[in-house]
Amino acid sequence: MINLVDTLLQGSLLGGRYALMALGLSLAFGIMRLVNIAHGDFIVLAAYLALVTVQALGLHPLAALLIVVPILALLGYAVQRGLLNRAVARDIMPALLITFGLSVIIQNGLLEVFSADSRRLQAGNLSSIGLSLGEGVSIGWFPLMTLLIAALVIAGLEQFLRRTRLGRAFRAVSDDPEIVQLMGYDPHHIYALAMAVAFATVGIAGVLFGIGTIFDPALGPPQLLFAFEAVIIGGLGSLWGTLAGAMVLGVAQAIGFRVDPGWGILFGHVAFLVILAVRPQGLFPRTRDA
Amino acid sequence: MPDVGIETSTRASRGGAVGLLALAVLATSMPWWAGSGLLRTGVELLYTLALAQIWNLMAGYGGLISFGQQAFIGIGGYALVLFAYRLGADPYLTLAIGAALAGLFAWPMSRLLFRLHGAYFAVGTWIVAECWRLVFANWSWLGGGSGISITATVRGIEPWWREALAFWLAAALGLGSIAGVYLLLRSRLGLALMALRDSEPASESVGISVTRVKTWIYVAAAAAFGLVGGLIFLTKLRISPDSAVSINWSVTIVFIVVIGGIGTIEGPIVGVLLFFLLREYLADYGAIYMIVFGLLAIVVMLTLKGGIWGEVQRRFDLRFFPVQRRVRLAPRA
Amino acid sequence: MNLLEASGLTAFYGDFQALYGIDFAVAPGEVVAIIGANGAGKSTFLRGLAGLVRTAGGIRFDGAAIDHLPAHVIARRGLALVPEGRRLFPSLSVEENLAIGGDRAGAGPWSLDVVLELFPMLHERRRAPATALSGGQQQMVAIGRALMSNPRLLLCDELSLGLAPTVVKDIYAVFPRIRANGAAIVVVEQDIGQALGAADRVYCFQEGRVSLSGHPRELGREQISQAYFGLH
Repeated sequence: MINLVDTLLQGSLLGGRYALMALGLSLAFGIMRLVNIAHGDFIVLAAYLALVTVQALGLHPLAALLIVVPILALLGYAVQRGLLNRAVARDIMPALLITFGLSVIIQNGLLEVFSADSRRLQAGNLSSIGLSLGEGVSIGWFPLMTLLIAALVIAGLEQFLRRTRLGRAFRAVSDDPEIVQLMGYDPHHIYALAMAVAFATVGIAGVLFGIGTIFDPALGPPQLLFAFEAVIIGGLGSLWGTLAGAMVLGVAQAIGFRVDPGWGILFGHVAFLVILAVRPQGLFPRTRDA
Repeated sequence: MPDVGIETSTRASRGGAVGLLALAVLATSMPWWAGSGLLRTGVELLYTLALAQIWNLMAGYGGLISFGQQAFIGIGGYALVLFAYRLGADPYLTLAIGAALAGLFAWPMSRLLFRLHGAYFAVGTWIVAECWRLVFANWSWLGGGSGISITATVRGIEPWWREALAFWLAAALGLGSIAGVYLLLRSRLGLALMALRDSEPASESVGISVTRVKTWIYVAAAAAFGLVGGLIFLTKLRISPDSAVSINWSVTIVFIVVIGGIGTIEGPIVGVLLFFLLREYLADYGAIYMIVFGLLAIVVMLTLKGGIWGEVQRRFDLRFFPVQRRVRLAPRA
Repeated sequence: MNLLEASGLTAFYGDFQALYGIDFAVAPGEVVAIIGANGAGKSTFLRGLAGLVRTAGGIRFDGAAIDHLPAHVIARRGLALVPEGRRLFPSLSVEENLAIGGDRAGAGPWSLDVVLELFPMLHERRRAPATALSGGQQQMVAIGRALMSNPRLLLCDELSLGLAPTVVKDIYAVFPRIRANGAAIVVVEQDIGQALGAADRVYCFQEGRVSLSGHPRELGREQISQAYFGLH
């Protein structure tokens, strides 16, 4: 029984990390109807960027957020404006293949520059201290912090989308990029801003990822798959749904790890496939298409 | 009433057919005069070509962009481990078993995966492939995570003969894939496939069952990938989950088809040649050749949507394997 | 000086030519109607003026050439289009649809309160999702959204499409108020009676060309139906 509670807790906390990683993907799906295959690789890139920042400036990894997040936001704007905006909306292939190409370039580029050695962002004992909940159950401070940050970011994004002019423009452009021009908005610019916001979350996710686990250039694709699964399980078009989906994924993986260490990730994939089979629209869908 | 006919061949296409035949004759003779290294590269080039042609059929004509075909390469490879290595069956027969198994599994997989569309489908196929990789990694009897050597399956076959057979099989698959895809596209199924690519709703309205055609293509492609997968590991003689079910197979094939020219039969041929040349010349620089390849794919996607061959076709109207139908109007007497 | 002038305007959809050298003008404060059969090019013309369809030839708005400007720049200069089929944003409420129309607006008489005053029945449904409203109410939201940008020229594409005659009458009833606030109006209309009743001048399009233009009172019924159907 305690094992079950512990597993559920660990899984939920893992979900926090997945949620943070999945947000950028969810935004890109929702606003631009874009699947960024390089999403996971940008998360890893952010982690390496944090590493460089920490080594060059001697900062604490969390302080590196102040540098990494703006850089990633600018990168997102540039990638959307310079590359992805040219991919025609009607045909999914160009954007898919361009981001596929980016994924390969980033992975191999990181490999060339940093080698395949595993790294980790040292945050003192932040990643190891825990909180005891009694009865032999304890949770790590850092995973809890990650989950809370994920929830905060989601709450912030929801407020932004609901209450601000730009947020409203994001929602409008996802409905009808042609007509949004009649409002005086340039859809290319709006898409690029949306990608900048998405990449800002990638920056946060990347730094926390780098603190929480050891990483190397090849870890991008698995993060893409987890983020994707979180969004689909949770349901397209809903940020809180993505959090729910991420927690389901995390719990499924935690249960799998309990059964056998080799089956952790597989249980996560199976959970995704089960949702696809019985409730393909996800748990809390908001948009009408997939 | 003018005399109207449907014409599919061009002068260049007769050249294409002749060229294919000539290559087949050349390939048959090669084991007698080519060295081991050349044969090995030839095998790799030919099976990569087969994979590219089939992926092009799925994606360029059928509109099914799959990033998960490596699952079937893995099934073909691991069929060798299970049937030939563990159960002692004839390795060449096992190639057919692997193909059949891949096709068999593809059917329920398609039921699930077809709930996703476009880019979501692509990532979905990748996830399912990962499931296969993890299954193989946890199956210790088939070697588990660290893989297994299956040299024992070909013990007793003379090396020259083994190399020759591998080469002929690869040639049959590579050259056969060109002929096979070409003949398929010229058939009624092929016409349905091209209609599908242009518009699914319109196809439905003229009586084409979109789901049935897509399923057939997916299953057939899976069987073909299974067959090639078996051949790949019959030549490498060592298999592991990470090498068999690796996204790198998809990366290579996708880039080859896209840069060469998606939606044309000549495109994958151009792409494969370019890939092997690039790899040859940039081999000393490590990961650089993949970066170059990735950049090329991006540039092609931004500028030449139809790839290198698409551009050639557009400028010179050259088609060695033409698959459009021209309506021929004979003049009134 | 004319508020808007188009000279020799052509437009293509791929290989298909939709407009063949249209000459057209609107003076400040005028209401101009464009009538014509389906496929005559009326919507294409309005979309071309708004910058949503690429055109060749010349378009001058307020003395400046706007033909090669992107649609969002044209919108900011005071040319607003109420598109065919309303095209409201489903993810936004009625109020948000109106508000977004005014995001990039210049100074002018229109604001959320003034628009809601013009269409009082929208007031109680202002927080509803825009697409939950009836066709007539959605048309009002679409017009209101365009007005929020304080345009000097309002282009209306097929306002009456799919709406009951009484509803159409209510919508046209607000035209005088719009004119009084300083905007000229171009209306593309299938309902000829409505068009001729509301307009100062009328153009008839037939297969991508202007087949007739003039003042409604000076044009005979015979003349109009010939121009409409292309009979000579």
